[in-house]
Amino acid sequence: MSLQKFTKFDALVAPMDRANVDTDAIIPKQFLKSIKRTGFGPNLFDEWRYEDVGQPGVDNSQRPLKKDFVLNQPRYQGARLLLARENFGCGSSREHAPWALKDYGFDVIVAPSFADIFFNNSFKNGILPIVLPAETVEQLFQAVYAQEGYSLTVDLENQQLVQPDGTTIAFDVDSFRKHCLLNGLDDIALTLQQSDEIKAFEADYRQRAPWLFADNASV
Amino acid sequence: MTETTTPQTLYDKLWQSHRIREDADGTALIYIDRQLLHEVTSPQAFEGLRLAGRKPWRVDANVATCDHNVPTTSLEGGVSSIVDPVSRIQVQTLDRNAAEFGILEFPMGDPRQGIVHVVGPEEGITLPGMTLVCGDSHTATHGALGALAHGVGTSEVEHVLATQCLIQKKMKNMLVKVDGQLAPGVTPKDVILAVIGQIGTAGGNGYAIEFGGQVFRDMTVEGRMTVCNMAIEAGARVGLVAVDDKTIEYVKGRPYAPKGELWEQAVESWQSLVSDEGAVFDKVVEIDGSAIEPQVSWGTSPEMVGPINGCVPDPDKQADSVKAESIRHALQYMGLTPGTPFVDIGVDYIFIGSCTNSRIEDLRAAAEVVKGRKVADSVELAMVVPGSGLVKQQAEAEGLDRIFLDAGFEWRNPGCSMCLAMNADKLPAGKHCASTSNRNFEGRQGAGGRTHLVSPEMAAAAAVAGRFVDVRTMMQEASA
Repeated sequence: MSLQKFTKFDALVAPMDRANVDTDAIIPKQFLKSIKRTGFGPNLFDEWRYEDVGQPGVDNSQRPLKKDFVLNQPRYQGARLLLARENFGCGSSREHAPWALKDYGFDVIVAPSFADIFFNNSFKNGILPIVLPAETVEQLFQAVYAQEGYSLTVDLENQQLVQPDGTTIAFDVDSFRKHCLLNGLDDIALTLQQSDEIKAFEADYRQRAPWLFADNASV
Repeated sequence: MTETTTPQTLYDKLWQSHRIREDADGTALIYIDRQLLHEVTSPQAFEGLRLAGRKPWRVDANVATCDHNVPTTSLEGGVSSIVDPVSRIQVQTLDRNAAEFGILEFPMGDPRQGIVHVVGPEEGITLPGMTLVCGDSHTATHGALGALAHGVGTSEVEHVLATQCLIQKKMKNMLVKVDGQLAPGVTPKDVILAVIGQIGTAGGNGYAIEFGGQVFRDMTVEGRMTVCNMAIEAGARVGLVAVDDKTIEYVKGRPYAPKGELWEQAVESWQSLVSDEGAVFDKVVEIDGSAIEPQVSWGTSPEMVGPINGCVPDPDKQADSVKAESIRHALQYMGLTPGTPFVDIGVDYIFIGSCTNSRIEDLRAAAEVVKGRKVADSVELAMVVPGSGLVKQQAEAEGLDRIFLDAGFEWRNPGCSMCLAMNADKLPAGKHCASTSNRNFEGRQGAGGRTHLVSPEMAAAAAVAGRFVDVRTMMQEASA
């Protein structure tokens, strides 16, 4: 699947002020029954967001909202950057979590740390997860709470977030992943360009571990 | 000429033997020997292949079974017995994809069908020294056999189908060393819960954890699976235990394990699957195994856990404000008050099952506690869900089903069941469940449900007492 190129943009920031937000919370299990990649946005954070228990196929626009939930507050409508706490995306490997976040409208998540599988899955879906020191994240939370409409300019090319006052926050990003995001590249096509190398490895490996190949072993 | 080589960890060895290339920035292409597929995380991957007009790189490297959506009540009629049409379509989609691409599948109705992480080792599909992935975070389970195994997302399922490789960076090495001897009544589940309680649910982020020390050497291979299974609950995608004679004995003779000369060759190769003397770990955590007590979780993250004779913590005594807030949230969700002894928490539901604790040894251990006793009247539902059709058959051959049924348990068919409640087995809102599964997240077992993670023995004891209880006191009663 090729992705949209990740360009520079202004992002309204929404705060998710909880540590260890797990992927069961991001997208509950009943929505995992879909065999598609799209349409998960209305059920993002379903149990925190709605008063009732959501089900697939239900018209979500008619469901009662939990007014206090952060993403239901008018000031955060249209947010593209989710500001989060430690270990965001822990638990289940479900890629439905980044699908739901992306479908809802989030392109960037900033946190002091991410769970490994979620971090990896995000890049595959055109979401940029940014790790910043806990103190910086704390300052951003204060800034978001203090100022309605608080936005950051996301500049992946230069690896920085630009604050409303013009000051910048630099971030690290893996060079390969940055390249893929900026160019909207499909990982599989890139790997298949190395088919000869894979085949050469496989031929040698077959000698080293013949029991792992079907024509030798029983699988 | 003598050659000095740097001592390697088990993870280093597995990484190196599967590395096709590694770029200067550490981005590597890693060969994947085996992919396990289930119905929830694979449909979009197969669809991606079709849309791009791609074929699987090596069909024989993939094995499929359905587990998350399958009913645990009646399996009569196979797929058509799934009442929920959305669940049914997902299972049918797996069947169709496996047939279309020629992938080996254990479908509903096949006695080998079951939870993917029970089926892999049981069939000899998981072998020491392999790289194994599955679109499921509990793939760490297979590391108990000395395989480099971890969960991946659906994009990576598709990537492995199409290329037999993954693009990765090397993880860091962590050694969790538990020495000493476990006290009677203390199980592999208690060990891993105690480890998570100590290092935290993010403690293993970025690491492959090797479990070493006397406790894991003494542990059965199935016990090691319980431990590795929950490495992800400590944040680590990979859990590993070194290969020893027990590992090889476990694999020997399984249906898809190598035979004859290939077996000899494989075993010789597997002997080296241990961390070398002097291998350097980036982090080492040492725990005294003899001090571990039966554990019970009280909150909504697996790190919110403590010894059975402890109490619900007080968030006001927590200095870290983010942590204090997490505890407050958790206690509100769980309906618990600070200072309440764990043994005063009543249970409404009992779930014995899941990829963590649904193997034959788990069922034997729970049955041992239940034998001759009854499920307390206050318990609304107590259920046992074997990990696979073959585990179920074995348990029935040993009469374990009778023990559970006589005590008042329901004896179900294999699947993931109430671990994540994608099928009809759901924990109702507000109900407390003693569960042998792996996650106590909000809503995990059912919207509003309150999960307490415990060992099979502790779940069995809770079923009998109607509240949490130190299983060791029950074991003493039995022997007195």
